[in-house]
Amino acid sequence: MSGRSPAERMRGSTATAIVFGTLTAIGTGLVVGPMIVADAAARRERAAALVGELALSDLALFTEARYTRNPSLADLHTPFQDGPASLEHFPTASLVVAPRGLPSGRLEAREE
Amino acid sequence: MRAAFERRRHLLDFAVRSLARRPTKNLGLVAIYALVVFLVGSVMLYGAAIRREAAVMLASGPELTAQAMVMGRHEMSRTTDVAALKGLRGVRRIEPRLWGYLWDSAGAANYTLMVPPASDGAHALAKGEAIVGEGVARARRLAPGKMLFLVSPAGKFLKTKVKSVLPADSALVSSDLVLVEESDFRAFFELPPDVWTDVAITVANPREVATVAEKAALKLPGHRFVTRADMTRTAEALFSWREGLALALLAGALLAFAILAFDKASGLSAEEKREIGILKAIGWETRDVISAKLFEGGLISGLAFLLGVIGAWTHVFFFSAGLFEPVLKGWATLYPHFPLAPTIDALEIATLAMLTIVPYMAAILVPVWRTAAADPDAVMR
Repeated sequence: MSGRSPAERMRGSTATAIVFGTLTAIGTGLVVGPMIVADAAARRERAAALVGELALSDLALFTEARYTRNPSLADLHTPFQDGPASLEHFPTASLVVAPRGLPSGRLEAREE
Repeated sequence: MRAAFERRRHLLDFAVRSLARRPTKNLGLVAIYALVVFLVGSVMLYGAAIRREAAVMLASGPELTAQAMVMGRHEMSRTTDVAALKGLRGVRRIEPRLWGYLWDSAGAANYTLMVPPASDGAHALAKGEAIVGEGVARARRLAPGKMLFLVSPAGKFLKTKVKSVLPADSALVSSDLVLVEESDFRAFFELPPDVWTDVAITVANPREVATVAEKAALKLPGHRFVTRADMTRTAEALFSWREGLALALLAGALLAFAILAFDKASGLSAEEKREIGILKAIGWETRDVISAKLFEGGLISGLAFLLGVIGAWTHVFFFSAGLFEPVLKGWATLYPHFPLAPTIDALEIATLAMLTIVPYMAAILVPVWRTAAADPDAVMR
């Protein structure tokens, strides 16, 4: 028994407590650190102020095509502007769902 | 109390020793498990963070936007349309907007050209001046004082001097903006003086938006009215859809992991069965055997969960979700560089734990209980 190294003598539960404690401490540091240091609220306020000043309406995330830039203002059919049955080819369109709540067209047939 | 604690502690010691006997197998399992938590966690944290950013930023946009429609397509609004809206009760400000898109072949990017509203003194421009967004400045290597040349699709040429660059803080909403003066804008796009892209309407009381929209629609039946709630909902739906899609793509990985966990746990190896049999034969109670095995599972899932969540958090909030960038970016040149504000959401973490820890623990419990409850002699044979 005396030939065992300190690591071998350590109880499993102690080793578990050390590993989990260290990971929790690292995690807490990573979570709390940026919240204290980063000035997220002020940054958001500055961006929100710009939105107000310029009356902007959408995020500038998808700028690859005209109709993906302002999804809330885009026409429903614009993705297919090159032809009604043409397949969409911009990568964004595979991720962006058509805007909801906008008026849609309706076809009606009536017998006179 | 102390005896119960010591008993648990010894069971935990036993579980750690038992795991240490098969280091490669168990470390491999922790690594795969942590990777699954990392991927699912990254998607969830990123989706929630960007939805929050969008909600906060778009909250100061115009309450109502009126767009003229002709034959179902967007048309320019006239100055007479703007005049028709004046005098509506509940409206605080009516601001006709001038903005449009420009494909710039030099920068291989789509810009949003815009005229700052008349009420915006902070971005007032003289003829021949421009203010550019962070993405445009990056793509065209611009700085205040440098010249920016633009060519319209009709071949018109616009020469502007960069007055300033919009702060990188606001890149998420302004990355692709090029602000120019009104007469420059009209001359560049060959627009008559009485047309506007759309009309932004500020409503005094946010609860009256729907009523104001109804009244405005009566005045301008040919216009479509998009409320701020619609815009926020669009952003919300867009990112929920995106998150759902990414999770759906990851469902394959989750399923593969579930199969692995189930296979590992349900088909206890002959060695493990023997171990349980011996423990029972030397006098362990079924309860203790199940506890020791649950400790093993708990250690593996706890460790993997912590590693995965820490990894996902670092990836999303320290590296701006760099692994997802190619997917989000598409072919956009002006993709904004923006830091995401870290906010902890207990519900998200709990959902992630439910998605990953619970199925694993459930897969372990049943086979261990069945083996532990059987006769040791039968189990060891």
